Amino acid sequence: MNSRAPRVAAAAGALCLALTACGSGDGTDPDIGAEDVEAALEEGGEITVWAWEPTLEQVAEDFEQAHPGVTVDVENVGTGDDQYTALQNALSAGSGLPDVAHIEYFALGQFTIAGNLVDLAPLGAAELEGDYTPGPWEAVQGEESAIHGLPMDSGPIALFYNQDVFDELDVEVPTTWEEYVEAAREIQEADPDVYVAADNGDAGATTTGIWQAGGQPYQVEGEEVTVDFTDEGTARYVDTWQRLIDDELLLPVTSWSDEWYQALGDGSVATLVTGAWMGLNLESGVPEGAGSWRVAPPPAWEEGETSSAESGGSALAVPVGAENQALAYAFIEYANSGDGVQARIDQGAFPATVADLESQEFLDNESEYFGGQTVNRVYADSAASVLQGWTYLPYQAHTNSLFNDTVGQAYVSDTTLAEGLADWQDASVRYGEEQGFTVTTGD
Amino acid sequence: MTVFALVFVAPILYSLYLSVYRDQLVGGTSFVGLENYRGALTDPVFWDSVSRVTLFLAVQVPIMLFLALLLALVLDSGRLYGRDFFRISIFMPYAVPAVVATLMWGFMYGTRFGLVGNVNDLLGVTLPDPLAPGVILAAIGNIVTWQFVGYNMLILYSALRTVPHDLYEAAEVDGAGQLRVIAAIKLPALRGAMVIAAIFSVIGSFQLFNEPSILQSLAPNAITSGYTPNLYTYSLAFSGQQQNYAAAVAIIMGLLTMVIAYAVQLFGMRKAA
Repeated sequence: MNSRAPRVAAAAGALCLALTACGSGDGTDPDIGAEDVEAALEEGGEITVWAWEPTLEQVAEDFEQAHPGVTVDVENVGTGDDQYTALQNALSAGSGLPDVAHIEYFALGQFTIAGNLVDLAPLGAAELEGDYTPGPWEAVQGEESAIHGLPMDSGPIALFYNQDVFDELDVEVPTTWEEYVEAAREIQEADPDVYVAADNGDAGATTTGIWQAGGQPYQVEGEEVTVDFTDEGTARYVDTWQRLIDDELLLPVTSWSDEWYQALGDGSVATLVTGAWMGLNLESGVPEGAGSWRVAPPPAWEEGETSSAESGGSALAVPVGAENQALAYAFIEYANSGDGVQARIDQGAFPATVADLESQEFLDNESEYFGGQTVNRVYADSAASVLQGWTYLPYQAHTNSLFNDTVGQAYVSDTTLAEGLADWQDASVRYGEEQGFTVTTGD
Repeated sequence: MTVFALVFVAPILYSLYLSVYRDQLVGGTSFVGLENYRGALTDPVFWDSVSRVTLFLAVQVPIMLFLALLLALVLDSGRLYGRDFFRISIFMPYAVPAVVATLMWGFMYGTRFGLVGNVNDLLGVTLPDPLAPGVILAAIGNIVTWQFVGYNMLILYSALRTVPHDLYEAAEVDGAGQLRVIAAIKLPALRGAMVIAAIFSVIGSFQLFNEPSILQSLAPNAITSGYTPNLYTYSLAFSGQQQNYAAAVAIIMGLLTMVIAYAVQLFGMRKAA
């Protein structure tokens, strides 16, 4: 049984931090720099990429074409948590490591806190500042201007809505959250089988909602962590969402379940506020919705104000101990900053690079699924107004798994959302302390 | 002997070893003695899960064993037309993997697109939502009963088949009726098998995992991460990376199961004596 391995990996990394002898650059060849990246490309070699991002296959082929002598093996060792477990195992074993790993922004923390990711700044990543939209760039940055990965994609949120449902029920598409609650009521009055949204308690959706409302419940300074769900932004979100729950305006269906896809397809769910990547998901998961769905900016908290947040998105990083770090960086830069970006956009990916987000071709691209709408324009505007200062906990993955135990209760019992968030806060504080962090709360 | 040591003793020793350490993201691994055990014994989540499976045990196991007994007696009475067919069909659910069975029941339980939803629409009624927090334990009980009633029936039925035929003939000569035969001959003959079935069921209840784990994706708010002791250790070890604490919880739970299974055996055997 290899389930013990991640523990050891984390332990070794943590020990590293405690001794302060090895910073984020530990395990990196100290002399490695931008010129080594050039040299590695000249010399050629073989690298292994662990990723579940489907568009990378094409990028790897293009990269091999451009650099004869380089071989890139893209391996899908599992999505999300499965791959993180595999990566932790390999890190602790010190062998079988990939040269490049695909890691979601929210999960970067659990690897950086243990010093498991190579600082890419000296390899050339430092010069890329400004090339990426603020949200993703902030997500890959570590302590002391270390850069732990290059942003691969981003998920600026948008309001996906079913135009046909709104037309049929004669309800206005909301532009503010106040109007959203109003629309939720009108929709239910017009047809009790139709709901403004499906929500059964989803950690990602809630944190993104709080982010967009201006809340900053998490603060991380190395081993010092703050969890506080009582700030103003959080309160704003809670107030609105509590009304939706109290009046039973939300369809209690779990995201990504079969029921959920059915509800999105048969018109019983009118809207969905989530990351730009949802566009591709709707196309593949809800084909019957073609022509019905549209995209709009996320509802504003104040009339005329624009604020946005990120949902999901991921980076490519180089694990400490990887064999061919220079070549690995060359590939990452190609895929996430160079020509690879266009290849991925052509396959439907949503980039994090400013230049591509601003290119006319990208912005003018008309989506057939969304009735010919230039949806990228909406996403790009959203990306530009993502609120800064958001951060996830270094143990966010586990924290999220406690969401339904706590906040989820607000959806099925008399517990209020505020009480649920307080319980969630307690649970995250407890776990953080058990893991040796110094955790403070707002009060 | 080596095989025994390797597959049986080694995992237990390793768990014991794990359970006296603590590993942290910050601070690494340290020896903490019985700290994890002290934590588990005062952990409300753990005790909630224990009382949940105890409640489950107290309600579901008697119902299931009673049904199994009834079915075994009916089959054994020899008055059932198509006996073999019934025996096979009652036993069939046991051959369905628990994961598949739970998925199947999960679909039926759905109030929107499932069987429950269809019944609601068809008859214009509102059945209680089987996946609601207060009801889901009963819904799980239903799945488990469906799965294991045939298995238990088979244990009891085979015990009944070993009763010597002369006993029945003697009873007939004495003019005993069917009920009398059941009370005086069949039930006493079943005692040993009943105790075994009960012990298996106790262990099964305490180890409840597959059903809640799969229903969790359908009802994440009803089935919390520490819904049953086994689910709790799983969440601790794989999502929380707290293998040490999980090992301590697992060991406590193992001891608890042993104590209760032993008590059931003692109780059953004493009565038999």
